[in-house]
Amino acid sequence: MISEETLIRKSGKEGKRGKVFDRLVRSAFAGITYAIVLVALLLFGKIVKDGAPTLFTSEAPFINVSFLLDKNETLHVFDDAQGVRHKLPASKYAEFIKQNGEDSIYNHHSFSYSGGGIVGPIVGTLLLTVGSILLALFFGVSAAIYLSEYAKESPFIHAVRLAILNLAGVPSIVFGLFGFSVFVLAVPVITADPSSRSLLTIPLFFGDYVMSFQGWNSSLMAGCATLACMILPVIITASEESLKAVPQGFRDASLALGATRWQTIRRCVLPYSMPGILTSSLLAITRVAGETAPIMFTAAVAAKDDLPWEGADGPLDVLSSQVQALPYHIYTLAARIPNSEYTQQAQYGSVFVFLLLVAILSISSMVLRAKMRAKLKW
Amino acid sequence: MNHAIQIENLCFSYGTKQALFDVNMDIPANEVTALIGPSGCGKSTLLRCINRINDRIPAARVTSGAVKIHGIDVMRRDIDLLQLRRHVGMVFQKYNPFAKSIFENVAYSSRIAGIKDKSVLADTVEKSLRDAALWDDVKDRLHESAFGLSGGQQQRLCIARAIANQPEILLMDEPCAALDPLATLKIEELIQDLKKKFTIVIVTHNMAQASRCSDKTAFMYLGKLIEFDDTMSIFSNPKEKQTEQYISGSFG
Repeated sequence: MISEETLIRKSGKEGKRGKVFDRLVRSAFAGITYAIVLVALLLFGKIVKDGAPTLFTSEAPFINVSFLLDKNETLHVFDDAQGVRHKLPASKYAEFIKQNGEDSIYNHHSFSYSGGGIVGPIVGTLLLTVGSILLALFFGVSAAIYLSEYAKESPFIHAVRLAILNLAGVPSIVFGLFGFSVFVLAVPVITADPSSRSLLTIPLFFGDYVMSFQGWNSSLMAGCATLACMILPVIITASEESLKAVPQGFRDASLALGATRWQTIRRCVLPYSMPGILTSSLLAITRVAGETAPIMFTAAVAAKDDLPWEGADGPLDVLSSQVQALPYHIYTLAARIPNSEYTQQAQYGSVFVFLLLVAILSISSMVLRAKMRAKLKW
Repeated sequence: MNHAIQIENLCFSYGTKQALFDVNMDIPANEVTALIGPSGCGKSTLLRCINRINDRIPAARVTSGAVKIHGIDVMRRDIDLLQLRRHVGMVFQKYNPFAKSIFENVAYSSRIAGIKDKSVLADTVEKSLRDAALWDDVKDRLHESAFGLSGGQQQRLCIARAIANQPEILLMDEPCAALDPLATLKIEELIQDLKKKFTIVIVTHNMAQASRCSDKTAFMYLGKLIEFDDTMSIFSNPKEKQTEQYISGSFG
C-alpha cells in the first residue's frame, strides 16, 4: 500500500546511502568519458602546437608554402663566421658554400629528411589513397552486387561471406608481406625483356613479347593493389548491407515492368545504395591513408628526388614508380634518424599536414554523400 | 467467350510447402476477375504465377499444370520473361514508385526498352497518366519526386507506370490495401475505366470491393479454388458451403 513512509525519501544515513552510491557510479562513468576526451584533446593539442608553426607563418600568405610544395632534402645546421646559426636544406647549403667557401662553416650538423618540404609524401599518399579506393570500390562493389543481388543463399555463399569477413581481421603487416610476394614479385607483366627472376614466362605470339610472372616491383600500383586488398572486406560488407537496404519494392516493380536483372540493379538499386557505399569508402580512406605496414615493402621509399610523374613516360611509368608516403615519412623521421629539435619540427609538421589531408579527404567524401542523399530519398 | 488466361491443373510449391492445388480457371478478356479468400489461401501466389514474378523466390516452382495466355503456356522454359512481363503488367500491394521524378517513373519502361526520343517519351507519359486519371493532378509537377504525392496518387502512378508498357493484362495485388476509403474509391473507378482496354485480375481482401468492381469472382481456400463464377452469383447465390460461410463472415 502506498503510504507516506514508502514514498517520502528517508532522512538520515540509510536514505543517503543509495543516493551517494548512485552519484559515485555516475561520476565514475563521467570521469572515464572525460578522461578519454582529454587524451584526444592532448593528442590533437600537441600536434597542433608543435606542427602548426611549421605549416603556418606570421607573414602573408600565412602558410609555409615551401613546406607543402618543396621536395624533401637533408637539413644542414651550422654557424657562420659571425656566429649566426643557419638552417638550410641541402641545395641552399651548397649555394652557401659556393658563395662563402667551406671555411665559413662552423659547428656543422646535418639531419637527413628534415629539410625542404614534403610534397613527395603528400603526393604519394594522395595517389596511393585515391588509387586503392578506386580499385577497392570497383572490385568490392562488384562482389557485393553478386552476393546481394545474384547469388542464392547456400552454405557455399555463406562460407564465401565468412571468408571475406575473416579477411578484415588480418593484420596489415600480413597484407604487406602478401602484397610483396604477389604484386611485387609474382604477378604477370607483358614485356619484351623479362627479368631473370621471372617465375614463369609464356611466349605471346607478337614480336618478342612474353607474359612474364615477375611482379610489378615496388611501385605505386603494387602499393595500391595491396592497400585495396586490405580494405576490400570493409567495402564489400558495407556495400552489401547498403544494397540490401534498398526497398525490395523497387526491384519487384522494375522486374515486373520487363527490366532485366542488370537494368534493375543499374537503375533502381545501385544509385540508392551509393550513399552507403560511400560511407564505407570513408572509413577506408582513413585506414588506407594511415597504414604504413602494407606499403613498406610494396610502394614506399624513404627518399626520392622526383615526383612520380617527373621524367615519366606515360601513365604506366607513373604507376610503376615508387613513391614517398606521409605515414612512412613520419616513421622515418621519428625512428630512423637521430632525434633533435630540428628533426622534430619536420616531424610534427608532417603529422599535422597528414591529419589535415585525411580530414580533407574524409570531408569531401562526406559532402559527396550528403549531395547524393539529398537527391535520392525514399 | 474469349479467354485471356487459362489456368489448367496448376500446382505450385514453395520448397516442400505446397501453395496451390490443382487450380483450374478461365479468365475472360476485358473483364475484371477478383480473387478472394483468407490470408495464405494462395490468391497472391496464383496472381504472381501469371507474370512469373515468383521466379525470383528460391525453391518456388510450379510442380504441374499450366498457365496459358492466348493458348501459350507461360511456364515453358523458352518463354522470354522480359516480353511476358511487358505484356502482363503488375501493380503491388504497397505502392512502390521509384525514388525518381513522376515523369521518370512512368517513362521507366520506355527507357529500359531503349526509347530515347523525347517526344515519344512525353507522349507515353501523358497518355499513361491520363489513363490512370492522374494527369490533371500532376501535369504541373512532372519533374518533382514521386514521393511528394499522396498514397492514392502514388498507387495511381504505379498503375500509370504499369500501363505505359501497354500490356494486355494487368495484375493487381491488393492495390487498395494501404489506402484510405476515398483513395480506394478512386482506384475502383479507375479499374472500371481500365477494363475497357485491359484484362484485369485483382486480388483483394475486401469482399465489398470484389462485389463492387469485378465481373467474375474466384473464392480460394487453403490453396484450392473453391468456386469461380460471375460475381453476382457468387455473392447472391454461392453454390459451395465454404464460399457462403466466407462471404457471410463466418470465418476468414
